[in-house]
Amino acid sequence: MPESIRLALAIAAKDIRAELRSRTALLSAVVFAALVLVVFNFARDPTALSATVLAPSVLWVTFALAAMVALNRAFNVEREHGALDGLLLAPVPRGALFGGKLLANLAFVGTVEAVTLPLFVLFFNVDLGAALPGICGVTLLATIGFVSVGTIFSAMAVRTRFAELMLPVLLLPFMVPPLVGAVQVTSRLLADRPLSEMLGWLRLLALYDVVFVTLCTMVFPAVVDE
Amino acid sequence: MAVARRGLVLSVLAMLALSGVYVLALSHTPIEARQGLAQKIFYLHVPAAWSALLAFSLVGICGALYLWLHDPRLDRFGAASAEVGVAFGAVMLTTGPIWAKPIWGTWWTWDARLTLTLFLFFLFVGYLALRAALHDPGERARFSAVVGILGLLLVPFIHLSVYLFRTLHPQPIVLKPSKPSLPPEMLRTLLVSFVVFTLLYLGLVMLRYGLALIEEAAEEARDG
Repeated sequence: MPESIRLALAIAAKDIRAELRSRTALLSAVVFAALVLVVFNFARDPTALSATVLAPSVLWVTFALAAMVALNRAFNVEREHGALDGLLLAPVPRGALFGGKLLANLAFVGTVEAVTLPLFVLFFNVDLGAALPGICGVTLLATIGFVSVGTIFSAMAVRTRFAELMLPVLLLPFMVPPLVGAVQVTSRLLADRPLSEMLGWLRLLALYDVVFVTLCTMVFPAVVDE
Repeated sequence: MAVARRGLVLSVLAMLALSGVYVLALSHTPIEARQGLAQKIFYLHVPAAWSALLAFSLVGICGALYLWLHDPRLDRFGAASAEVGVAFGAVMLTTGPIWAKPIWGTWWTWDARLTLTLFLFFLFVGYLALRAALHDPGERARFSAVVGILGLLLVPFIHLSVYLFRTLHPQPIVLKPSKPSLPPEMLRTLLVSFVVFTLLYLGLVMLRYGLALIEEAAEEARDG
């Protein structure tokens, strides 16, 4: 295994281990996601809008908000006790460091999404049926894109005074293309439409991932190195 | 401090020229047959949009160059351009709905171009908020450069993703493969307005750049 991938995995494992030992952030993010779903249920008029019409947007707005909460914590843990300085002093290439943080964030956001999805089915009575693998796929595709940008912005936001506010303000415009694409694909999957109708959106999502993961890896040193 | 003074002179001249554009647009340009007087806002809206987009693109380019050359002048220019761009963006986003209400029958619509410019506007408001929340000049310059570069690359993605919804916005009428489809007097007024808005952009950026120099000098004097 190439050295940088091994290092990235080690950093991700460290983050995941730390998270599993405390579990506070993960639990709060999951509870937060569940609450957003509940609030959504009361914000809609069931006689005017059926749950299935609203389902894709509910799911993705919940994912987006939960991801935001999850990402806020990504570099907060590194700030305490100067942990980031220790990481930066270690002989780790910046690309591997970014990769590790990205993987850890993906695991974290992915877990929240994995718990939210069954709750969403439960609360909104949506029959995922054959669409389930497709929804998991598009969720991964969309999540990689905005989590990579979110990882960069989270590293920047912790250095500011209003970190919890700064991250959403910076990140939300970047969430638009993945969210729009994911909502479009999800609604077509739920309506059992053919793949050809989603291909354009899937290409856009894949391109977004490639462009932003590459770009974020390139600019990451500018964010952490003095 | 010479930059600020030159910027001030240029801005004042551009403002005077802008009143010239008003006169030109209102009394020396024919009234559009279908839209009537509402179309006059076009001579303000389109050049403001042009200046805003010019400003935002330059922020991205300056960001990329800054990460490469580490020249503080690039950062100062990027910051000035973002601030002026947000001002022009506000002009664009207010004149647009004023025109859209009588012509489209609605203040706002989620059309591709409208959505794109709205998000760009928010992005650069975020850029300015980030700058304001950071104290260390080096850190501020690096972070802003990163946001500028990412923002520049976000544009094609927002454009692609919202373009798939049908677009209501008038199609390009000057910069298009065939000849401009405007009567010569209208085209003349529009081009004059473009020049004036570009000059106004330059003047305001110079003014803001000079102000940043003064601020830095004051900070240095205070910290001794």
